[in-house]
Amino acid sequence: MGNVLTIILQRLALGALTLLIVSIVIFVAVNLLPGDFAQNILGQGATPEAVDSIRRDLGLDQPPVTRYFDWLGGVLQGDLGTSFAQANFASFTGTDSGATTVAAQIAPRFANTMFLAMVTAIIAVPLSITLGVLAALYRNSVFDRAANITTLSSISSPEFFLAYILILFLAVLNPILPSLSNIYEGMAFSERLQKSLLPALTLTLVVTAHMMRMTRAAIINLLASPYIEMARLKGLSPMRVIVKHALPNALAPIINVIALNLAYLITGVVVVEVVFVYPGIGQLFVDSVKIRDIPVVQACCLIFATAYILLNLTADIMSILSNPRLRHPK
Amino acid sequence: MIWFVAALLGMAAIAWVFRFAGQTVTGNAPRFRDMPYGVAYGYVLGTVVVLWLAWAYMQGLSEDTAIANKFFFLRIAIEGFIIFAIAAWLFRILGRTIGTAWSRKMFRSMPLTASFGILTILIYAILAIFAPAFAPYGQEQIIPGVAANIVPGGDVALGGNPDFPLGTDQIGRDIMSRLIYGAQNTVGIAFATTLLAFLLGGTFGFLAATLGGWLDQILSRLVDVLMAIPSLIFALLLMTIASVWAPQLGIPLTVFMVLIIAVIDSTRVFRLARAVGQNIVVMDYIEAAKLRGEGLGYLVFKEILPNATAPLLAEFGLRFCFVFLTIAALSFLGVGIQPPLADWGTMVRDLGGFVNYAQFAPLAATAPLLAAGAIALLTVAVNFVVDWMLHKSSGLKE
Repeated sequence: MGNVLTIILQRLALGALTLLIVSIVIFVAVNLLPGDFAQNILGQGATPEAVDSIRRDLGLDQPPVTRYFDWLGGVLQGDLGTSFAQANFASFTGTDSGATTVAAQIAPRFANTMFLAMVTAIIAVPLSITLGVLAALYRNSVFDRAANITTLSSISSPEFFLAYILILFLAVLNPILPSLSNIYEGMAFSERLQKSLLPALTLTLVVTAHMMRMTRAAIINLLASPYIEMARLKGLSPMRVIVKHALPNALAPIINVIALNLAYLITGVVVVEVVFVYPGIGQLFVDSVKIRDIPVVQACCLIFATAYILLNLTADIMSILSNPRLRHPK
Repeated sequence: MIWFVAALLGMAAIAWVFRFAGQTVTGNAPRFRDMPYGVAYGYVLGTVVVLWLAWAYMQGLSEDTAIANKFFFLRIAIEGFIIFAIAAWLFRILGRTIGTAWSRKMFRSMPLTASFGILTILIYAILAIFAPAFAPYGQEQIIPGVAANIVPGGDVALGGNPDFPLGTDQIGRDIMSRLIYGAQNTVGIAFATTLLAFLLGGTFGFLAATLGGWLDQILSRLVDVLMAIPSLIFALLLMTIASVWAPQLGIPLTVFMVLIIAVIDSTRVFRLARAVGQNIVVMDYIEAAKLRGEGLGYLVFKEILPNATAPLLAEFGLRFCFVFLTIAALSFLGVGIQPPLADWGTMVRDLGGFVNYAQFAPLAATAPLLAAGAIALLTVAVNFVVDWMLHKSSGLKE
C-alpha cells in the first residue's frame, strides 16, 4: 500500500506544481495587456495624479513579482480581486458592501454551473456505460454500427448545433422543456431541474458519445484475453461474460475516460450556457471577455484550469487505485 | 414520459412473443432457438423506430400545415439522409470504375461512411474555391434597392422575399451568398490555422525527438503547462488580450486568432510528432544517415518526415476538426472571425432567434440550422474519413 501512497502523493505534488505554473501563465498573459487597471478604469481623460493614486492604492506600482504573490495570496484566501465592470471608487476605498468583488460575482454562478455539470453527469454516465456495454455485446451488428455513426456525428458536431437541434425539437416544435434557462436563487428544485434539463441534455449528447465509444473499446480490448475465453467455454451467456468478467477489469480506462469527459464538460459549458442563457460561470466568462473585464477573466480562467487539472488528477489517481497490481504489490 | 416507458415495456412483451412465435412457427430453427432475448428486443425496437420514422415522414407530407410544419424538419432530415446515402453509394461506384488502379482498389474496400466523407469534403472544397461563382452576390455587398432584415424562407406574408430565399441581414446583405462565402472563410481560415499548427508542432516535435537533451526537456515541460489549461478557455483569455492589442497595432483580430489557436493546437501536434519521431530516431537508417554526416535538416525532412506521414495525416484530419470547431465556437461567442468576413459561427449567433419560429414558418428556422449544419457536416465527414483511415492502417479487424 505504501507504494501506491507514494505514487499518489507524487501525483498530488505534480498537480499542485502544475496549478502554480498555470497561475503564473495566466498572470503573465494578463500582464501583457497594454496600459493597466488604473488607466483602464479612469479612461483617456485621466490626470496622471489620479492614475498614480489608484495605482498606489491597488499596489500596481509594485514590481510584477510582488504583485503576483499578492494576487496568489488573495486567491488562496478567496479574494479574487475587483471587477472592472462594477468597479467604482467606493470599492477601492474599502467602503462598499463587497458585492462588486469578483468572488461575490462568481460564487452563485459557480454553484449553478456545478449543478448543471452534476445533472449532466447523472444522466450521461449510466447511459453511456449501458450503451457501451450493449455495443460491445452486439458488436458489428446493425445496432453497433448505428451507434458508431450516431456517436461519431454527435462528437464532431459543434455544441451549438446540437443545442439548436434540441431546442427545435424539444422546445419549439414540441413544447416540453423551456429553451431559456432563467435560473434564480430560491427556485424550487423541480423547476430548477426542468429549466436546466435542456442544456444538460445537450452536454449529455456531447459527452456520452465519447464515453460510450471508450467503454466499448475498453471491453472489446479485454474480450481477447484468455480468462474471457475460459468464461465463455464454461457456457456463460455473453451478457454475463461482459458484465461480470470484462467490465470490472475495464473499469480503470472507463473511470479515466469519465473523469476526462467531465473535464471536457468544463469547457463545453461555455458555449452551451451562452446558447441557453444559463447564468453559469461560462456565461460570465464570455461576457467578461467581450467587455475585457480582466480580473473576472483571470479568475474564471483560474477556476476552469483548476477544475480541469483536479479532474485529470482524479482520473490519474482513480486509475492507479483501480489497478490491483499496484494496490497489492508482490 | 409514462407513455415512453409503457411503449418500451410493450415492446419487451412483443419481443418475447416474437421470439416465441418464431420458435413455434419454424419448428425451433437454430436462428430462433439460439436468439438471445436482447437480439429479439433489438429487432422489435428497430422495426418500431423505422415504422415511426415512416409515419413521421408521412405526417410531414400532410395537407394540414400545422401538422406538416411540426414534422417538416424530420422529413427534411430523412430525405437528406437518404439522398446523401444514395449519393455516397453512387460516388463509391464511380470511384470503383474510373481512376487509377490504386484509387479503384481503395474505393473497393471503402465503407459507405468514408465515401460519404470524401464526397462531402470534395463538395466543400469546390464550394470554397469557386465561392464567387456560386454566390449570387458578394459577401460584403449591400444590395441596392433591397430592404434589410428580410426574413428567411421567402414567404412574403411573413416579411420574406422569394428572390432572397434565406433573407438578408441587418444591413441588407444576402444571407445565402454569405453562407456560400462562409465555406471560403471558415474552412479556409481553419485550414490555414491547422497548417500553421502542424508546421510549429511538427518542427519542434521532430527537433525535440532528434536532438533530445535539454531542448526536449524545455519544450516538453512547456507543452505540459500549456496543455494543463483547457484550450477553449485559454483561447478566450488570449483573445481578450489580443482584442486590446489588435487596434493598437493595426493588425486584424482574425490574424491574432489564427496565431493563438495555432500555438495552442500545436502542443497536441508536438506530443504526437515527438512520440512518432522518437520511435523513428532509434532506427538503423537514422544511425546510418548520422554516420554519413548528414545535417539536422536532412535528418528531419528526408528521413523522419517521410516515415511519419501516415500518423501525422490522420492527426491532421482530427486536428482540423478541432481547430474548425474551436474557431466556430469562438465566432459563435462573438470573439472569433470578425465582420465583414462572412462566417458560419457568427451567422448561427445572429440568426439563432429564427429557430423559435419553426412552429409556423419552418423555412425561416432553416437559416441558422443550415449554417450550424454546414459546420457539423464537414467535421462529421472528416471524422468518417479519418476513422476509416485509422481502421485501415491499424489493420484492426476485431
